[in-house]
Amino acid sequence: MPRALVIRAQGTNCDKELCRAFEIAGAEPSLRHLDALISDPSQIDEFDLIGFPGGFSYGDDIASGRIMAALVRERLYAPLRDAVLRGCPIIGICNGFQVLVQVGLLPGPLDGVWPTDRAPKQTCALTENAGARFIDRWVEIAPVPASRCVWTAGLDSVHADHADRPHGMRLPIAHGEGRFVTDSPATLERLENDGLVALRYATDVNGSENAIAGICDASGRVFGLMPHPERFLEWNRHPYFTRLDSRLRSQETLGRRIFQNAVAAASKASRPSGRPQMV
Amino acid sequence: MNEGHVAPTVSSRVLRFEVATAPGRPDPKGDSVLAQARALGVGVESVRTARVYLIEPHSGGTRESLAGISSRLLADPVVETAREGISPTPADAVTIEVHPQPGVMDPTAQSVAEAIADLTGSAAHVSTGWRYDFRGVSAADAASFARRALANPVIHEIRERPFHPDALPTGHAYVLKITHVPIRDLDDTALTSLSRTAHLFLSLDEMKAIQTEFRRVGRDPTDIELETLAQTWSEHCVHKTLKSRIRYESPGTATDAIRWSGRPGHTVNADGTVTIENLLKSTVAAATFELIDEGIDWTLSVFKDNSGVIALDDTWAVCIKVETHNHPSAIEPYGGSATGVGGCIRDVIGTGLGAKPIANSDVFCVAYPDRWTEGAPREGVRALPKGTLHPRRILGDVVAGVRDYGNRMGIPTISGAVAFDDRYIGNPLVFCGCVGLLPRNRVKGAARAGDLIVALGGRTGRDGIHGATFSSAELTDSHADEFGHAVQIGNAIEEKRTLDAILRARDEHGEPLYHGLTDCGAGGFSSAVGEMGATLGAAVDLDRAPLKYDGLSYTEIWISEAQERIVLAVPAANLDSLRRICDEEGVELSVLGTFGTPGAELVLRYMGTEVGRLSMHFLHEGIPTPVRDASWSPSPAKGRAATPRPSTRDALLALLAHPDIASKHWIIRQYDHEVQGNTILKPLVGPGGIGPGDGSVIEPIPGSGRGIAISCGLQTPVGDPEIGGDPYQMALAAIDECVRNLVCVGVDPGRIAILDNFCWPSCQKPENLGSLVRAAEGCYDGAKAYGTPFVSGKDSLNNQFTTEDGRTVQIPPTLLITGMGIVPDLSCVCTCDAKRAGSEVVLIEPRASTHGLGASRYASMFGVGASDGEAEIPSVDLASGPETARLIAAMVRERLVRSAHDVSDGGLLVALSEMLIGTHGGDATLGLRIEASLGASHGFAFSEAPSRYVIEVEARQRARIDEMAAKAGARVVRIGTLDESGSITWPAAGLDVRVDDLARAWRGTLDW
Repeated sequence: MPRALVIRAQGTNCDKELCRAFEIAGAEPSLRHLDALISDPSQIDEFDLIGFPGGFSYGDDIASGRIMAALVRERLYAPLRDAVLRGCPIIGICNGFQVLVQVGLLPGPLDGVWPTDRAPKQTCALTENAGARFIDRWVEIAPVPASRCVWTAGLDSVHADHADRPHGMRLPIAHGEGRFVTDSPATLERLENDGLVALRYATDVNGSENAIAGICDASGRVFGLMPHPERFLEWNRHPYFTRLDSRLRSQETLGRRIFQNAVAAASKASRPSGRPQMV
Repeated sequence: MNEGHVAPTVSSRVLRFEVATAPGRPDPKGDSVLAQARALGVGVESVRTARVYLIEPHSGGTRESLAGISSRLLADPVVETAREGISPTPADAVTIEVHPQPGVMDPTAQSVAEAIADLTGSAAHVSTGWRYDFRGVSAADAASFARRALANPVIHEIRERPFHPDALPTGHAYVLKITHVPIRDLDDTALTSLSRTAHLFLSLDEMKAIQTEFRRVGRDPTDIELETLAQTWSEHCVHKTLKSRIRYESPGTATDAIRWSGRPGHTVNADGTVTIENLLKSTVAAATFELIDEGIDWTLSVFKDNSGVIALDDTWAVCIKVETHNHPSAIEPYGGSATGVGGCIRDVIGTGLGAKPIANSDVFCVAYPDRWTEGAPREGVRALPKGTLHPRRILGDVVAGVRDYGNRMGIPTISGAVAFDDRYIGNPLVFCGCVGLLPRNRVKGAARAGDLIVALGGRTGRDGIHGATFSSAELTDSHADEFGHAVQIGNAIEEKRTLDAILRARDEHGEPLYHGLTDCGAGGFSSAVGEMGATLGAAVDLDRAPLKYDGLSYTEIWISEAQERIVLAVPAANLDSLRRICDEEGVELSVLGTFGTPGAELVLRYMGTEVGRLSMHFLHEGIPTPVRDASWSPSPAKGRAATPRPSTRDALLALLAHPDIASKHWIIRQYDHEVQGNTILKPLVGPGGIGPGDGSVIEPIPGSGRGIAISCGLQTPVGDPEIGGDPYQMALAAIDECVRNLVCVGVDPGRIAILDNFCWPSCQKPENLGSLVRAAEGCYDGAKAYGTPFVSGKDSLNNQFTTEDGRTVQIPPTLLITGMGIVPDLSCVCTCDAKRAGSEVVLIEPRASTHGLGASRYASMFGVGASDGEAEIPSVDLASGPETARLIAAMVRERLVRSAHDVSDGGLLVALSEMLIGTHGGDATLGLRIEASLGASHGFAFSEAPSRYVIEVEARQRARIDEMAAKAGARVVRIGTLDESGSITWPAAGLDVRVDDLARAWRGTLDW
């Protein structure tokens, strides 16, 4: 069974549900504190999947994810880069996405060549919502069919046989700083052209460029998104599930599919060419 | 990036950085400030904002060690620019800066200091502030706007130029000086005066009891002893009014709705007066214990602990607490509500052997925002009294406080309400609720002799001194100046990591590493240690408490209400294990002393010198319990001169826009109500997520299929003395409303626990105590009739505001009933949004229901004649009310209803409108045509009579519904059939209105 590392820090608060998401998808989750990983970074090498959960790391003081990103960038970049290189799927959700972007792990080097000594330059940011207010609501999600992202692979055809499909293509957002921006039009163009945009909001919710809700790196394995797939593991979390058709509700939820995709990818990746396997 | 640029004139040790949005990037915060300024009529053209960081290296740290810190930590390279020093103010702009006052909690500063230590290994003092550059406004106007909207002088300093101090303030060393207060020879006048000037807020009787005790002991008390008594005996901590003996007098006890004979703890005297021993025990608690005697076996801990505990299933328990934080919120609403939330969460954490908080609720009572002005009064808009904040600011800030604390803690805020009345102008009400989850075998804990007194969490500072006694006093126009020190800012992350440490200490070693715990709330260490050591005694070394800064006296350490601290009773053998967990979680631990002293005394020491010694017995039992007088004069329901009767359409649209009724989405959407991933029914329902849910449901153990629902009942107008209301009926109506909300979503009515929160004007006045008595009697009768035991509660009994000219504004007696019910089968939950065209909509109500308009929102807006019985305030029938609730629950459980909604604020037409508004945003907005046979009475349409429900049923289920209702003695009234018209029509009343228009009216009022 693939092993999933869930990294928590002071103020992380979506860690339990992320563990549960990995578990339901068929991985064995393990929750570790950031400080413990900084003391012994080699622990990261033991895992087949990595998750950066949502929450308010270090209070989101200064800015969302800022302090955690500084610590990860300066103390854990090398083992995380190694994890990427050995094909380990990595997800950052909400605060985790904000962290990955500030570390430079997302979108990562656009040419796929990871610098060895220091993290890649930060080229994107998740900043204050247009409207300057925290928003919690469910939004319709549009997966990008041409994306390389392994986490969202095939999502564009989820529930395709069902008339109520748009109702199922929803995830909750809960953030104050989720407006996705890039450092230049060129970066945005590369993200779009290279298939690094994984998810969009079906309508504008926070002023993000091109309504981008989630992106991946050049390998498609590192994925970050503002919506919370780990909050949609059962249909009765859907905001109006009592109205939904029972045939739609017999299918897997959008949230589960995202984690199942990654666990499947991890199982494939870690066997033949990944790190040496203990037999 | 302008890093490295240093303003040439500065030779300070303090580094100043400004972080602003990069040129060309939007500045949402600036835009939002601009919108605020325009809303207040301030002619600002533009606003740019910047975060200011003041960083001073200390303990060997150097400015060089901080090189590059702005790019490493403070500024985002994509969207921000950082500048060291002071950037010049543009020629046509003025700069205002807002900085916290020294000693005020600054969570960002604390996080920055910790991050600097982690990244650079060097120590630094940090302070943060905001810079605003305004265009188009004078410096004076900008400062005045800042005072009104951006800062609160109680906790902030507003500076009219950029602030770059030479050094950041630090404390001064404290030299021990023991203060004795000579009270043994004081006369009554001097005792009274001492109580007030020393902010003890004790009565003369209480002062005399203390005097007698120290005459007996043969010495004068030290200041810390007096303070300990004042904290412990404060209304806030000991509920002395509710626990006192009361003599109740009313001309009408014989013909009263309350049957006075045979009530527990009550004696009807020959002269018709009633003597009540311990009001709380004889009403609220009596109901619970009688229900337990009658067979309720699912309450696990009631009234004893920091929250009430009931069984969830065989393995798990859930606990719930609701607190008020009114006075701090009046003076500093953001900090007041945030620390209210934080304190209530700590109550839950401190329940049994520790509970995990899983849901929050919040209820606010404020004055009408559009009826008060800081400028010149005009028709219908009054001048804001001196010493109060504008209700719009209060509401905005209390919402922000709940949001920032609850969201950071990772606790979903799932339930709430807002009610408006101008008598809350100087004394708003803020109720914060929290639900926790704990294993059933961790419900009971208590300190043992020999246990170490261990404090976890935040450091102790001079903040929050006298919060408990302050909350027991009456607010006046000068309170903001006098009690600024009682106001605090919370630091949610401190509490989150403390919670993480405690849950690990509870679970990781099989048995918890401690025998008991409690939070430091009102009264600080004095209350926490005093309570935990009440029978054991305790010896405390006050110098061992970690301090935020030097200079605190031993008394300040003892009574500081600095936030985010929890006290544990730890066996010495477990200390190392506990310390390891705390180190891993970044939580500070300190050992303050030991529980258990010979003779069960409280012994307080500072650097080895004894500074206080009190008998625990005197501390907890020595408070005198005088007989308090209560009176009640029944008055007939008063009508208000009816204005020309509005059309049904106008009345409906106006009611939907009434702030009590209007959509609260502006608030709800700012709260994370889904963190932890277990929220099943959310506060807003329907396909567009805009319909008002009756109760929110969560699944505490994911996958278990078993849930809990939270809701509340608040029926202030029913008890309002100004319209002839009766607080007895108000309590019944609130319990009825709370139960109705819960059964509509699928709760088992035999598994509902409720909580009381009384907020009253001064109960020194017999008529106010009389109305409190009646509300408490309503709690007893209501809880018994509905089978809903009270498990916890809290009171706040001095809610009034005295203006500069000496006029006292009393709040209306306010009783919040909060309910938590078990949803046995989550597959049966039901929401109120209408589901399908073709279904029937029926009203279900007790057969004897009357439709008086008294105490309704309709009456408050349009008046009702006193003559024709319309002004009658409907009362709850204690037989048919509960019976109808059980009926609805059975229908929901048997899946006979597609939607269910209680008829409450605004009445039947408002309830129907809400069901249709709930369909907005879906495939089709549904409509409804109301039967012509129903007549067109505004009483029928807008009465807020209790125990009424509207449900949506399939036509083929009608027979079954009718049969069940007949058995339960309820009336079924067919209202009409749902269609796809998108309109609500009622030909007999001339009503034909688009649901779109209803939604616009309903969502427009509080769309801030």
